[in-house]
Amino acid sequence: MASPPAQALADLTEISTQVEAAVVFDREGTVLGSTVDDERAGRLAEAALELVRAADEAVTRADAMEDLVQLDVALADGSVFVAADGDRLIAATTAPEPTVGLVFYDLKSCLRGLAEEPEAKPKPRRRTATKKTGDEKP
Amino acid sequence: MRSRSFLTGFLLAIGSASAALLFRRRAARRRERAELYLADGTLVSLVDGQPGADRLLEHARELLTAARA
Repeated sequence: MASPPAQALADLTEISTQVEAAVVFDREGTVLGSTVDDERAGRLAEAALELVRAADEAVTRADAMEDLVQLDVALADGSVFVAADGDRLIAATTAPEPTVGLVFYDLKSCLRGLAEEPEAKPKPRRRTATKKTGDEKP
Repeated sequence: MRSRSFLTGFLLAIGSASAALLFRRRAARRRERAELYLADGTLVSLVDGQPGADRLLEHARELLTAARA
């Protein structure tokens, strides 16, 4: 049976068609699970930690008193997402212009899944981002 | 006369292609931004050129490159 992070990440990539790569790590930079090989996972976690530190500094400069809980960076050739749940974080990459809310929802679900005790649960169904045509019934 | 109109057309085509390329590059750069969500629901949005944004965008580029390497 797969470890909880590996299972949660497998569920994530099955549910979200937008996530290209994802890594779960702690605030020390220790990789807990990833969708890529170990070497790349280490580099991803390291870069994500640097990103979070830079974001924390930007938040401090903005005189905000609250903690950073999630971030996204939109670049010309893709987007980067990081969500935190206590000491555990998840970073993911997507193609350009993803459905931001949906990606955050899936990443948070993955983190929540890791926080819970592993139990027998139904297999998640694949979901794709589809645009409404307007002629659908309410 | 014929060669002159050909040259005009050629220059127009080159000019249009260059302008389209420049416009696309500027539009892509303008889209680059970082959004930081805080525990109380506050959103701090940083676009390219703002203090701190460059560092965030650079780290995000590194992450994206590492993910796709």
